[in-house]
Amino acid sequence: MNFFFEVLIGGLLSGVMYALVALGFVLIYKASGVFNFAQGAMVYLAALSVVGCLEKGAPLWLAIILAFAIMTLFGIATEKFVLRKLVNQPPITLFMATIGLAFFIEGLAPMVFGSEPRALELGIVDEPIPYILDNWNMVISKFDLVAAGVASLLVAALALFFQYTRIGRALRAVADDHQAALSIGIPLQNIWAIVWGVAGFVALVAGMMWGARNGVQFALTFTALKALPVLILGGFTSVPGAIVGGLIIGASEKLAEIYIPPVMQDLFGGNFGGIEGWFPYVLALLFLLVRPEGLFGEKHIDRV
Amino acid sequence: MSKKIGDVILDLQNISLRFGGVKALTDISFNVREHEIRAIIGPNGAGKSSMLNVINGVYHPQEGKVFFRGAERKKMEPHMAAHQNIARTFQNIALFKGMTVLDNIMTGRITKMKANFIEHALWFGRAKKEELEHRKVVEEVIDFLEIQHIRKTPVNRLPYGLQKRVELARALAAEPTMLLLDEPMAGMNVEEKQDMCRFILDVNDQFGTTIVLIEHDMGVVMDISDRVVVLDYGKKIGDGEPDEVKNNEDVIKAYLGAGH
Repeated sequence: MNFFFEVLIGGLLSGVMYALVALGFVLIYKASGVFNFAQGAMVYLAALSVVGCLEKGAPLWLAIILAFAIMTLFGIATEKFVLRKLVNQPPITLFMATIGLAFFIEGLAPMVFGSEPRALELGIVDEPIPYILDNWNMVISKFDLVAAGVASLLVAALALFFQYTRIGRALRAVADDHQAALSIGIPLQNIWAIVWGVAGFVALVAGMMWGARNGVQFALTFTALKALPVLILGGFTSVPGAIVGGLIIGASEKLAEIYIPPVMQDLFGGNFGGIEGWFPYVLALLFLLVRPEGLFGEKHIDRV
Repeated sequence: MSKKIGDVILDLQNISLRFGGVKALTDISFNVREHEIRAIIGPNGAGKSSMLNVINGVYHPQEGKVFFRGAERKKMEPHMAAHQNIARTFQNIALFKGMTVLDNIMTGRITKMKANFIEHALWFGRAKKEELEHRKVVEEVIDFLEIQHIRKTPVNRLPYGLQKRVELARALAAEPTMLLLDEPMAGMNVEEKQDMCRFILDVNDQFGTTIVLIEHDMGVVMDISDRVVVLDYGKKIGDGEPDEVKNNEDVIKAYLGAGH
């Protein structure tokens, strides 16, 4: 039973890491109704900025601040040079623009900071917590726990921000209808710049966590793919949904990896490994059949 | 007429608007006086909505001048209209569909909110007091438009006529000095139209709001407007009180076709 809980908790904690990436998607989707294809690239850019600044000799805190500045500037520039030209265009146009943006970042970031994979040291070790190991005989990584804590804080802050602040209300208004938002005096441009700035900040946190765990390398852009099933489960419009979706995906893929292969082997023989690679996507597909708007997504009923 | 019509509040001088080679508006001049109900009418494609968008700062005319409250308006961002106390509704309802009626109307107060982001986030300082004050104004608007029973309903569940009324409520929540209504009665049944007429007249009467409206229903327009301007193919063909306009040769021709 201890082993089951160890797998479950390990899964939940890695799920938080997925949720971190998914959050960035949710933010931009909420405020502009656009699926931001460039979110993975932004995670990469953020992680590279931190590593790049560290290599130039900056201490960690300064590197983080500089990277945050870069992400904010990037957000403002995106609004000014890409989104501003596309006000009132259909979502598919904006989506295509984010694909272009992704390619742009994936080319530019390595040009500035170098493309070779590098390690990122945050000073948190990825090793079991002795206390839990001694008392319950479970291997729970300290790093995972810290990452989970950071992500929880971030989610709580963002949920409050969206629900209770004037800017939050303006964000929801902008997401719903650009024209109407303008008519009641919401400056669309500023709101988009804020959202992309915040999404950049989330990408920074995700990039640091993922970079510290797997190394800062081009493959970081693919973390975005892991966020897809999370979004489908949690709903594209819900901040809490991203976190719950992340937890479900994380836990279920680890449990599936451990418990499904033996059963399959008994039934069919042969070797069944790597289930965690595809299991989330199958889960997402099933979810699409049953509840396409996700667990917490807004249900849109259109009049015919 | 008992109500007092004031000075010119909005003056449009020789407005021309082109989209590429298409002339949407050609050399149009007219004014709007304080507290009046001013209608813009004309056949489809006459440039009525373009005119409204010029007033609202969404379109910038290539030629001509716009004076609002005596000051010439420079090129402005679309969201600035709300800050100058101009509110509007849309031909195709533009409500925030995911939100409740109450939330939608609250968004109308956004330009009036002063508390900053941190105060809102931590719910201290001005934020709480302010929210309550805004809530009070919003409740008054809700009472005024008789939509108490649907305040917690998400707007996408409401019938068309009520959605139009919620849109008007959101515009009123901003306590505008000037209200732009783009076909407020389009697609409504007779009863809903009567309600809407009553609300428009009440708003004008009780709050002294200046109203500029586009409408197709001639009966309604002639009944409630103080003055009417008629557009056809982007040109002004008539301007004056309803009776004058009704007997204007050009206007009759535009509506009934030549050779009637």
